[in-house]
Amino acid sequence: MSIVQIKDLVHRYFRKDDDGNVIETIEAIAGVNMEVEAGQFIAVLGHNGSGKSSLAKHINGLLQPAQGTVYVKGMRTDDESSIWDIRQNAGIVLQNPDNQIIGNIVEEDVAFGPENIGVPTEDIWRRVAESLEAVGMMAYRMSSPNHLSGGQKQRIAIAGILAMEPECIILDEPTAMLDPKGREDVIKTIHELNREKGITIILITHKMDEVIDADKVFVMDHGKVVMSGTPVEIFSQVETVKSYGLEVPHAASMAYELRKEGIPLPETIMTKEELVEALCQLN
Amino acid sequence: MIREITLGQYYKGNSFLHRLDPRTKVAGTVLYIISLFIGKSIAAYLLAGVFLAVMVKISTVPFSYMVRGLKAVFTILIFSVVLNMFFIPGEVIVDFGFCDISREGLQTAVFMAIRLVFLILGSSLMTLTTTPNQLTDGMEKLLKPLKKLKIPVHEISMMMAIALRFIPILTEELDKIMKAQMARGAEFDQGNLIQKVKSVVPILVPLFVSAVRRANDLAMAMESRCYHGGEGRTKMKPLIYEQRDYIAYAIVGIYLAVMIGMRVIR
Amino acid sequence: MSIKLENISYQYRDSSRRKALSNVSLEIKPGEFIGIVGHTGSGKSTLIQHLNGLLKPDEGKVLFDGSDIYQEGYSLKELRGKVGLSFQYPEHQLFEVTVFEDVCFGPKNLGLSQEEVKGRAREALQMVGMDEKYYEKSPFELSGGQKRRVAIAGILAMHPQYFILDEPTAGLDPIGRDKILELLKRLHENQGITIILVSHSMEEIANYVDRILVMDQGCLLYDDVPKEVFKHKEKLEEIGLAVPFYMYLMEDLRERGFFEEEVTAITLKEAEDQILKVLKRKQTL
Repeated sequence: MSIVQIKDLVHRYFRKDDDGNVIETIEAIAGVNMEVEAGQFIAVLGHNGSGKSSLAKHINGLLQPAQGTVYVKGMRTDDESSIWDIRQNAGIVLQNPDNQIIGNIVEEDVAFGPENIGVPTEDIWRRVAESLEAVGMMAYRMSSPNHLSGGQKQRIAIAGILAMEPECIILDEPTAMLDPKGREDVIKTIHELNREKGITIILITHKMDEVIDADKVFVMDHGKVVMSGTPVEIFSQVETVKSYGLEVPHAASMAYELRKEGIPLPETIMTKEELVEALCQLN
Repeated sequence: MIREITLGQYYKGNSFLHRLDPRTKVAGTVLYIISLFIGKSIAAYLLAGVFLAVMVKISTVPFSYMVRGLKAVFTILIFSVVLNMFFIPGEVIVDFGFCDISREGLQTAVFMAIRLVFLILGSSLMTLTTTPNQLTDGMEKLLKPLKKLKIPVHEISMMMAIALRFIPILTEELDKIMKAQMARGAEFDQGNLIQKVKSVVPILVPLFVSAVRRANDLAMAMESRCYHGGEGRTKMKPLIYEQRDYIAYAIVGIYLAVMIGMRVIR
Repeated sequence: MSIKLENISYQYRDSSRRKALSNVSLEIKPGEFIGIVGHTGSGKSTLIQHLNGLLKPDEGKVLFDGSDIYQEGYSLKELRGKVGLSFQYPEHQLFEVTVFEDVCFGPKNLGLSQEEVKGRAREALQMVGMDEKYYEKSPFELSGGQKRRVAIAGILAMHPQYFILDEPTAGLDPIGRDKILELLKRLHENQGITIILVSHSMEEIANYVDRILVMDQGCLLYDDVPKEVFKHKEKLEEIGLAVPFYMYLMEDLRERGFFEEEVTAITLKEAEDQILKVLKRKQTL
């Protein structure tokens, strides 16, 4: 069953002059179709301004379609009566961890979501403990978020969404402001959530090495989905990927350069291990 | 320097005071402050001091930690005390010619200083042992009767909690912005008043822009976490009075009675 | 001519009083392209703020062209004109109504004539590749990469001899990132500006710099050319850093017997050459 279904979605925003007259209409999303199966790990790639962030906000109902429809678990995001159900089922994690933490103590922040949807007190405690455990931040449950690193804060933000027990989590460039260690921890955490709890993940990013293990990749450019497929299917088309302002993983780009020199390497190479294996066989 | 202020900060712990209901602590603090204005004798100040010292001891918050955060506040305090000392007329004990210090002035100044120190220490003890969220929860519940007067008590307390959360973030950001502009040759302490006022524009604009952006993000994050006002909200830590709260009320009550007694008998 | 730090120590000013820098000495000479690496909290941000007098060391001396910058009468403002520093977030410095005016802020502070200020601003914006159509736009309307280039222009307009950049590529997509890095390379080669680049990306560092400073727990752990620094692979991993991808690749290939002798490569080009050499030798045999 598809958990998220996007049909002919169009999103526009307007630039206005000082008098409030519209001087420019920009189509941030220009007719996107997308289907996400429950339990999948989906990556949406695109350079800055490709429309991928707006897409994330549509799935959570933070933005409303100008045209087309977005369904989450069969509910329409433009149906006001189901908006809280949608948000509880498809939580979103934003780029800047500081701006999405509301509580002054880690455990109180994680409780914010369940409190809003009226979960009974004992149940909140269980959910908070489970969520913090799942993101590996149990040791910090009584800390102030201000004393945590960026990667830790982002994991708290994920726990805050997790505590609403969603079936799907959308992450809008969650690692853009983190150092390599923080990035690694966050990516590892969301893979674990996908694998162990079966939560559908929609990861919005422009970092290639974060998407190698995804089930499916969508590449966006100028508000449209221009490529879709498995990571291997996408990254074997090095030239096309580069033309959309993106790059391919190190091993794939190394293999690509070697192929240009006439070395017969398969186009499916994504990882260092695969590259080493292929080179040793040639030798 | 700004980051050193511990007023309004929470000190992790599990003492009797930490576990009290925030309403008990807010009410207790208010009563303690009232007691400071009831007491007039040295004995009363001594009692207030002992009471505070015992509370600090129970709280397990290191005294040095409390004081360190209050340095800035104490500077203002000393300034006002000195002013008082010079301007209250009475029996002159030290004469500088152009101005003098009177016995009454000295006495008032000293008592006022003690009172203010106790007041600040007392209220910071409350904030140090109460998480900001508990504090705002407590306020919300204490002020609930005002809701009938159409005062948005829940919204106000939510705003307070958010402000407490973002003050440290924005002060840190302020520091970064100042440095970024100093790297471009900006100076903030040069020239006359107009120049000084002008020199804060390069700081205030980025700070303002950033605060608006953060507010936008935060609103979005809250909405996506299903926040829709206080209606139908449950609590992770609902406020329920327990036995220790009644004990605490009793202790504060006895203390206040003694203070009143000392005032009346004298 | 140089910036010289002599036994610098600095404590954080917050309640932790943790040592941010302990006994750091180094010299930066004109014409260098230096990379500073270290995980978060290693002291690298504190270090760069000592280079232009934004932070005053608790112990030690900062010498610019041989003179102590904290001696009586030394103009820190003038120093900051010569040692430009651009912080990670351009949002922290952009404030004017238009892009052009914002770039004027630095040179104006240096007390230059209005004509000179405008001339420099125009020149700096050209250098960073900002088209004239953006001059009258609000800096807040620009994309992330453009904001960063305008912020860089704001420093360039002060004509710095040294230019320190704190993670200038963080959060940018590949196009935005490459534009910034190529710009720095141009500034270094054509304008002769000394570049000091703080970065998390080892590949970025390996491709551009000719000297690396590795910071760990407030100490300067290594100060050497990239090839030498990357030899300490175990130690770098231990302090939360990594070596470039191509080094790991070379190592694995050697382990599997692809290479018969020890080989090193830190960039894609170097790795490619090494691999091709082996494969071509096989073909000719």
